[in-house]
Amino acid sequence: MKNSYEIVVIGGGPAGLAAAIAAYDNGAKSVLVLEREEGLGGILNQCIHNGFGLARFKESLSGPEYAERFIAELKKREIEVLTGTTVLSVSPEKTVVALNAENGEFSVQAKAVILAMGCRERSKGALNIAGTRPAGLFSAGAAQKFVNIKGYMPGQKVVILGSGDIGLIMARRMTLEGAKVLAVFDIMPYSSGLKRNVVQCLEDFGIPLYLNHTIVKIEGEERVSAIVAAEVDENRKPIAGTEKRFECDTVLFSVGLIPENELSKSAGVPLSPLTKGAIVYQNRETLVSGVFACGNVLQVHDLVDFVSEEAEIAGKAAAEYVRFGESEKEPIDCVNGGGVSYVLPQKIDKRAQGKIKLFFRVRERAENCSIVVRCGEEEIARRKKRVVAPGEMETFILTEEQIKKAVKEITVSLEK
Amino acid sequence: MYDVIVVGGGVIGGLILRELTKYNLRVCLVEKANDVCMGQSKANSGIVHAGYDAKTGTQKAKFNLLGNRMMEKVAQELGVKYSNIGSLVVAFSEEECSALQTLKERGEKNGVSGLRILDREELHRMEENISSEAVAALYAPTGGIVCPYSLTVAAVGNAMDNGADLHLLFEVEKIEKTENGLTVSAKDGRALQGKTLVNCAGIKSGEIAAMVGDEINVNGRKGEYILLDRESGGFVKHTLFFAPTEKGKGILISPTVDGNVLLGPTAEEVDDGNTETSGAGIETVMEKARKMCKNVPFFNTITSFAGTRAYAAEHDFILRESERTEGVFHCAGIESPGLTAAPAIAEHVVKNLLSTRLKLEKNKNFSPYRKADYFFKDLSREEKNELIKKDPSYGKIVCRCEGITEGEIRRAVRENPPALDTDAVKRRTRAGMGRCQGGFCQSQVMEIIAQERGVALEEVTKKGKNSYIIRGRTK
Repeated sequence: MKNSYEIVVIGGGPAGLAAAIAAYDNGAKSVLVLEREEGLGGILNQCIHNGFGLARFKESLSGPEYAERFIAELKKREIEVLTGTTVLSVSPEKTVVALNAENGEFSVQAKAVILAMGCRERSKGALNIAGTRPAGLFSAGAAQKFVNIKGYMPGQKVVILGSGDIGLIMARRMTLEGAKVLAVFDIMPYSSGLKRNVVQCLEDFGIPLYLNHTIVKIEGEERVSAIVAAEVDENRKPIAGTEKRFECDTVLFSVGLIPENELSKSAGVPLSPLTKGAIVYQNRETLVSGVFACGNVLQVHDLVDFVSEEAEIAGKAAAEYVRFGESEKEPIDCVNGGGVSYVLPQKIDKRAQGKIKLFFRVRERAENCSIVVRCGEEEIARRKKRVVAPGEMETFILTEEQIKKAVKEITVSLEK
Repeated sequence: MYDVIVVGGGVIGGLILRELTKYNLRVCLVEKANDVCMGQSKANSGIVHAGYDAKTGTQKAKFNLLGNRMMEKVAQELGVKYSNIGSLVVAFSEEECSALQTLKERGEKNGVSGLRILDREELHRMEENISSEAVAALYAPTGGIVCPYSLTVAAVGNAMDNGADLHLLFEVEKIEKTENGLTVSAKDGRALQGKTLVNCAGIKSGEIAAMVGDEINVNGRKGEYILLDRESGGFVKHTLFFAPTEKGKGILISPTVDGNVLLGPTAEEVDDGNTETSGAGIETVMEKARKMCKNVPFFNTITSFAGTRAYAAEHDFILRESERTEGVFHCAGIESPGLTAAPAIAEHVVKNLLSTRLKLEKNKNFSPYRKADYFFKDLSREEKNELIKKDPSYGKIVCRCEGITEGEIRRAVRENPPALDTDAVKRRTRAGMGRCQGGFCQSQVMEIIAQERGVALEEVTKKGKNSYIIRGRTK
């Protein structure tokens, strides 16, 4: 290990792997990847189901297989990797402080930093559910780790709150392992997971999905013994009299993912309240010069294929930053209009070359609608959509010509 | 034959046990749960009260003031975080302002120093997020905060380091008078012999009293809390109380020694140690918090929880020998400010009560110090690297939210009182106490406990007994 590197990548999951490879391939001479787990691959290692890589490789891979392709590519290059190493802080001057058993606490200086720490699950504690606090309550990801990595069963009679993708995947996984999944509840009127997962993980196994429902009470002193679920009204408040009791020994929570931005904050990176990730330009540079972010630390993606794509943008841009120095920018804002919950990138540098792929999510499910992009009042692009849903990330490509012509804030909205 | 058997591993029992080890006595603590600190000492506000609340002349007033003065030293000896942040009783009306005056006078009579009424301007300067409706406050510079479970664990640990025994999962069923003392039997058939016994059983202290023929009426009151992420640390600088009105006491908003913000408690009568949270309770906390402060960052909620406070009918501490059974002493009805009073109560019980039945002879080998319960992340780089060189497990972060290393967790399982389950590890190290609430690190913590104790992973529980976390292998 050296004292300084051109590029330090924080996180060796799908985003960090693709970013490091892209940085190297675009001319970065010294790249260091810091990973807290003992191996590379991040959360993909516990995602043993398939469906990864359909967009990128045109085949259905398991999580570890998808990761392995990138790890193999990484190993072909002179990229340094330190596993078992937790980054403790990153300064705005790009000094990275990290800790591991071999080197103790140490600092490395980077010319550019790529933030690729991923996200974490929102915990049950944040929900203020009434009742007891027994054993048997797991985040869906924690349960997935027990089953797929450790080989242990969290329990046998399961209910799941939240129909996000991890919740859906775990409903199927627990069923295949012999557990009985009694119900999946979602407080919203729709599943926040991918349609294909609702079909393949619940419907194919006859697991009931209760929309507009939430858990209002947890029972059991030592181990959970039952939960009470209730229907909610349009304000997401439980409706009295609709309570149903389910005897169970396990509750899984799949109630949202939150970008893990502790280190971004230590580096002084401004965050968006909408994505809870960094505010970035189209090249994924944050508002702190030379600090880039990509993958789920930036915005929670549905598909790893898009994480890799975004990480390659960041990796290439970081290499260019190292080679050519800080670029002067001509920024315009890119914001969410009606029916859209966020747009990324939030800043567009008009001087940059090439087209831009905008990523965004809609607020509600809608059919036969249009995505409309405006520059100030003027409509510059429009696309018809048969169906959109919050659970499926949308993209929209703006051409270089459209960007060059933009003089005001760009707004993306959904029109019915 | 023990000289003293202490029943109940809360902060009172823990500090009495420690006080006893200052003398040449054979002592033990019996606790019905799988760890000490599983009752009201686990879930309370963690406030070191200044001493203006209690009626002058009561046991509460006396021991509050004494305990307040002792707390800093005790915390320092035991390596427990304590902070003398000061407290504010906030008034929202003219009527409440006169209540502040009454409190100030009572506090002064009780011997509290430095009490001062702040006007609106000074109050708002000291607490920028306080509601614009707040008009004045009583400032008590001697108010503080301490971590109640760290204090309890450390007190018991220090006592054990000085020779005391700990019997966990020992649920007292019977206390019988024998020729030269007492036989204390547990539900599982274990029995211990002791010359004397101290009843510090909290919500169960009435039941223990009944076993020796005494009648003490102890009731429970449940309090619900909301805990905010450290990200909201600094939202308030002092412990903020509502002025007492005829409608009763409101909640408090306070920083914790670990940098979180605590909101609560509610007050609801319960028969037993029930600690369920309720939708209504949490709503009440939120509503009152919104009255005290503007823009309360509820979005940063980490968890909500409830604790029970045991109180006696007379609402004062009961500290006395049994009327029926010689050598049995009761510490009952230790409600607020019991945590503050605990060090003073412990000293009183040993020096003034037990001394009437036992000969107290100084233990020359007593060490008041417990190796400071340091957190790795607070050490300097040199100190960290020194530690990692000796034990590389300090180089591995297990709890990413709180920055807790494997070394700290192993230490918690090994040292007195040993952490036997994941909640016990959490109370000692804070692993699992952060914003992911153990989602990432629980399996690793379980593996460390299993390795250290030489048991199978399936045998590791959340909080003892039947609170198993995993059951069986996958197919």
